[in-house]
Amino acid sequence: MADNQILFEIKDLCKSFGDHLVLDHISTTIKQGEVVVIVGPSGSGKSTFLRSLNLLEEPTGGSITFEGLNITDPKCNINKYRQKIGMVFQHFNLFPHKTILQNMTLAPIKLLNKSKEEAERQAMELLRRVGLEEKANAYPSQLSGGQKQRIAIVRSLCMDPDVILFDEPTSALDPEMVGEVLNVMKDLAKQGMTMAVVTHEMGFAKEVGTRVMFIDEGQIKEENSPKEFFENPKNPRLREFLSKVL
Amino acid sequence: MDNFIAKFQLNFIDDSRWRYIADGLGTTFTVTFFAAILGVILGFLVALVRSTVDKGGSKSIVLKILDTICKVYLTVIRGTPAMIQLLIMYYVIFSSPDISKQFVAILSFGINSGAYVAEIFRSGIMSIDNGQFEAGRSLGFSYSQTMIHIIAPQAFKNVLPALANEFITLLKETSICGYIALTDITHGANTIRSQTYEPLLPLLAAALIYLVIVTVLSGLVGKLERKLRTDGR
Ligand SMILES: Nc1ncnc2c1ncn2[C@@H]1O[C@H](COP(=O)(O)OP(=O)(O)OP(=O)(O)O)[C@@H](O)[C@H]1O
Ligand SMILES: [Mg+2]
Repeated sequence: MADNQILFEIKDLCKSFGDHLVLDHISTTIKQGEVVVIVGPSGSGKSTFLRSLNLLEEPTGGSITFEGLNITDPKCNINKYRQKIGMVFQHFNLFPHKTILQNMTLAPIKLLNKSKEEAERQAMELLRRVGLEEKANAYPSQLSGGQKQRIAIVRSLCMDPDVILFDEPTSALDPEMVGEVLNVMKDLAKQGMTMAVVTHEMGFAKEVGTRVMFIDEGQIKEENSPKEFFENPKNPRLREFLSKVL
Repeated sequence: MDNFIAKFQLNFIDDSRWRYIADGLGTTFTVTFFAAILGVILGFLVALVRSTVDKGGSKSIVLKILDTICKVYLTVIRGTPAMIQLLIMYYVIFSSPDISKQFVAILSFGINSGAYVAEIFRSGIMSIDNGQFEAGRSLGFSYSQTMIHIIAPQAFKNVLPALANEFITLLKETSICGYIALTDITHGANTIRSQTYEPLLPLLAAALIYLVIVTVLSGLVGKLERKLRTDGR
């Protein structure tokens, strides 16, 4: 895939729950290799926006194009595109009845028709990368929060996605475990993985983000390079927000 | 004591009357076993439809119609006595002297049990955190694949004790088989009573047999519950 290819093209994306408009005509693009960090006040629609990108939330208006295909078209088979869009959740959502290795190999075996050996070989390699190969046969309940989230990240990598969505991946972690998860994400970014990350970790936004997006009242009020975003914010709501979180 | 031995002889040994109860035991087991299988299959399908609609997993009109049928089924079956259902099945729906009574009983009790099993399965499915659905879907699994590989195994494990209790209830419920002249344990014991005019021993024997079976099954359920707890996953 060529560099700077557009992965997501979002046009006038709207989402309402009942008569509560949560996303209000959001338009933006996400390109190959970008790390887009999404920040904003609680309840502003960050999660809803992120979850719209793989249609976990069904948009009520506008369109999302992924790799040139309109995935908001009702005729589109979203299951196929979700294989290419990884997702990491705040609460990990590992499968408690399966071992770590089974968590990681289930989807590649069932959806990509990989052989068990091939899927396990790939999973073990990823486990080594995050230093958790000795946990291969453990169950999720035997892991710490930080370990669970690292597993969740490599589980999504097993599908070889073109982009990974992160919704507050470190918010449910004890402070001493935040670093180990952020480090895995940094490594991913270095290797060129396209990422969209909702987080409160402003340090991560500054250091790893290629673009920071401020969502407020369901709209993108400002998006810019991290340097401009933090040093020279223009939107008054953003300034107020930054004064609170920095 | 001599009196007791005489009565025992009269009720169980003479004319091989014990065989009424022994045959009845076989019928009770057969009816319970196959009705349980039918109930699980039926219950699973109904629970699948009901929870899919509840979770908004599909907007298809066919599913909505199926869901309505399921709701009617649950209401009717759980709102009427099993005995009436059995009598209607035998005298109204089949109303043919050639039909196997055991088959009618299995069908009737299976359909009855299915309604209770469905609600057990449904509560099991609904008790699984929605994050599990989302994790499955976000990996690219379809709704039904997520159900089969991720949700159902966890739900099944959670409801196993409740399911086992339902089978114990079902076993006792089959004691009304006699109303369609099918010889289960109860009807067998009652037949002896009508021949010997001695109610105490045959009925006591039947009660004892139920008690032993239920106690053994309950013990197994308890063991299962403890095992699931200590597995802790
Ligand atoms: N399923 C839902 N039904 C109804 N309202 C919802 C639903 N999901 C989200 N909302 C509402 O939409 C708004 C935006 O929610 P969202 O979760 O996107 O916010 P957020 O920016 O991620 O907030 P936070 O930082 O607290 O996670 C909130 O007001 C929320 O109450
Ligand atoms: Mg959120």
